[in-house]
Amino acid sequence: MKITLKVWRQKNSNTPGKLVEYQLDNISPDMSFLEMFDVLNGELTKKGEEIIAFDHDCREGICGSCSMYINGRAHGPQTGSTTCQLHMRSFSDGDTIVVEPWRARAFPVIKDLMVDRTAFDRIAQAGGYISVNTGSAPDANEIPVPREVADTAMDAAQCIACGACVAACKNASAMLYVAAKVSHFAVLPQGQAERTMRAERMVAQMDTEGFGACSFTGACSVECPKSISLDHIARLNREYLGAKLTSNNVQG
Amino acid sequence: MELDSKIPEGPLAEKWARHKFGLKLVNPANKRKYDIIVVGTGLAGASAAASLAELGYNVKAFTFHDSARRAHSIAAQGGINAAKNYQNDGDSVFRLFYDTIKGGDYRAREGNVYRLAEVSVNIIDQCVAQGVPFAREYGGLLANRSFGGAQVSRTFYARGQTGQQLLLGAYHALSRQVANGKVKLITRTEMLDVIVVDGKARGIITRNLLTGAIESHSAHAVLLCTGGYGNVFYLSTNAMNSNVTAAWRAHKKGAYFGNPCYTQIHPTCIPVKGDYQSKLTLMSESLRNDGRVWVPKSQQDAEKIRKGQIKANDIPEDARDYFLERRYPSFGNLVPRDVASRNAKYVCDEGRGVAPTGLAVYLDFADAIRRDGRKTIEAKYGNLFEMYEKIVGDNPYETPMMIYPAVHYTMGGLWVDYNLMTTIPGLYALGEANFSDHGANRLGASALMQGLADGYFVIPYTIGDYLATIGPGDKIAVDHPAFKEGEQRIHDMNNRLLSIKGSKTVDEYHKALGHIMWDYCGMSRNAEGLKKAKKMIQELRAEFWQNVRVLGTNEEMNQSLEHAGRVADFLELGELMVDDALHREESCGGHFREEYQTEEGEAKRDDANFTYVAAWEYTGDNKPEVLHKEELEFENVKLTQRSYK
Repeated sequence: MKITLKVWRQKNSNTPGKLVEYQLDNISPDMSFLEMFDVLNGELTKKGEEIIAFDHDCREGICGSCSMYINGRAHGPQTGSTTCQLHMRSFSDGDTIVVEPWRARAFPVIKDLMVDRTAFDRIAQAGGYISVNTGSAPDANEIPVPREVADTAMDAAQCIACGACVAACKNASAMLYVAAKVSHFAVLPQGQAERTMRAERMVAQMDTEGFGACSFTGACSVECPKSISLDHIARLNREYLGAKLTSNNVQG
Repeated sequence: MELDSKIPEGPLAEKWARHKFGLKLVNPANKRKYDIIVVGTGLAGASAAASLAELGYNVKAFTFHDSARRAHSIAAQGGINAAKNYQNDGDSVFRLFYDTIKGGDYRAREGNVYRLAEVSVNIIDQCVAQGVPFAREYGGLLANRSFGGAQVSRTFYARGQTGQQLLLGAYHALSRQVANGKVKLITRTEMLDVIVVDGKARGIITRNLLTGAIESHSAHAVLLCTGGYGNVFYLSTNAMNSNVTAAWRAHKKGAYFGNPCYTQIHPTCIPVKGDYQSKLTLMSESLRNDGRVWVPKSQQDAEKIRKGQIKANDIPEDARDYFLERRYPSFGNLVPRDVASRNAKYVCDEGRGVAPTGLAVYLDFADAIRRDGRKTIEAKYGNLFEMYEKIVGDNPYETPMMIYPAVHYTMGGLWVDYNLMTTIPGLYALGEANFSDHGANRLGASALMQGLADGYFVIPYTIGDYLATIGPGDKIAVDHPAFKEGEQRIHDMNNRLLSIKGSKTVDEYHKALGHIMWDYCGMSRNAEGLKKAKKMIQELRAEFWQNVRVLGTNEEMNQSLEHAGRVADFLELGELMVDDALHREESCGGHFREEYQTEEGEAKRDDANFTYVAAWEYTGDNKPEVLHKEELEFENVKLTQRSYK
């Protein structure tokens, strides 16, 4: 296959970037999208040009590192998948493919296609956990969890924190990410003790990080590589409202 | 130096309890006077960092990822073992211990493995309390599945994403301690050296991957939780950035390297397609619960499949060879990984492999779908089937999957004693980075168990003994000359890599090394091939330092430079692996020497001469390493020829 790539090149967060065009002639349809970048970077190195920086690691769709915005879609044209799981057979010979980084104020570009997603970690640190010290847990089967509840928790918990939801959203809202985390704990019996405080704190941190508001268009869920449902945003709204109505948190 | 494993005296079941009682404690109020560095935030690192911070120590945790939630533990699919016996099927701590020792082909320490089995039950309790959404029965209690090498159902799982959920549990615990200010989390930063002064580990040298800044960090103790070295083979199921650098640089500072040749080849991976391929994808071993492994009985049929003239479903039942069920009737498709991998290789070597490359066997779910219905199979393995379809473009509900073995895990690693301390006092290794619990072969669902055992339930006890012995004053500041010299060494090495300006990319050298390792030190090895490989690696390493091309500077984000440093270390480690494989004149677990096999082609151990851990000591650049032996003593199990028939 012959492919024309237009890739966002940006030296660092302080320098303006631009799209740069590259021609690739020998692309196999069985190659993954990131393997195509490996080939391109190999060629750039031989020519003495700086390689394209991008985040990637597991290359099996679970670590959440890869983050390319391909032809106007987060993680490209295949639904329910990450960029590393995308293969060139999804494109046609002669295609031009535009590759950009995630675009969101809360995710500043570090270099080329690499962005800073540490805002997600700070949201998790604000309350995305159950406070239980090592060694203090009761026997695992003392906490029965109905199967459908465990399934709902797992549906939410499989978020890989890649940030596609933010990138896909016209408001750059992080609601789906936060909803997945809040929902995971809110439905489980273990998560009840900190349920209200968790919702309040995580939402407050989300706002502090500069993510946009949610207007419930659903683009996030469509582009989510794990297809996390909008139901979780509905649950987050309920959790947040309930938390505010009963809150002891005067600062919130 | 004499190796002292510090295995406690006394009956097996009492060793850990007695040992814990004998360990010195650090008073709660004094814990805040100690600083601990944790390198890596996978299962072992995140669980250790969180647990130590909960105790009150000051922890600095490092990861080269952008977040503490991306380590490759996250990719573990199938599950985690624990001796809960919730299924009432005869499991016990002793049985998990026994299965693990036997599965490891009697090359692990009894004391360590028993402790692992003992704390396995606490791990499940801990993870459930953290909110890990394990699979449940309708009554709300925990579900289990079975895994290779065991005849009981003791594996806990969260769909096909158990590693992800366990890592998130540890990540959440770690995040809580970051918020509390007890853990300082430093991301996108790579450890490049360990600093040893007066025979003790004092801190590390790191490079900030965003700015290139080379910095020193000092502490009372350093924990390496940096994973395995499977990427020495270039193609493996490891993540692209997984590397040996932290462990290898510690090795060069005096930490012995244990059993480097013990590598695990996982039987169920998606086969290799082309030379552009960057990694191999694992299909969980849990698939072997319901999938049946087969190839055509005749070479002719196999050849027609390879040429695309016929398809798998065209082969009638009586022309199929379910070779694992045939050869191992009692374990069938659930034989341990090393046995399953080797048998796949045999049938492919006989010309009965099925992919166009000839290097694949079928994993067929047709019978399971007929028996249980598509819905049940979908509920169990849906995400794995989807993943397969995305990569290969075939639908496994309709055509059998094609699988082939691939490098997956390294049982070898830094030598540690019962306290998880390396041969450098104050330097610890946890999880896959150490060599300790799996012997010559790891059973499925035991890596998650070991990583979390080390981090949650072993190191919080054992580190106190060392810290209480040295005292809070025994720490060196980062302006000490040893740190400055360490920083300079890293500058020098990076400048050297950047100044070569040769003609080949780092990736080309990495691939070349991978080919050598796979061909001569992979699924089966022989003396002649290993000797050849040693020479080839030496030549490749020399060429690398003459002709590698790394662009840019140190003082910026530079992914080629990061990769170059890691490949430089793999080029040294590869030779040690070959030396170790050559010296071990027996077959055991994942180490299969063609010269040493039974008449039926099974691994043949030499217990009289090789019942020891090989711990290698670095003696200088391009000098042969010195072998130290830690004899393994078995008081509770009888060494037998492993049989899964």
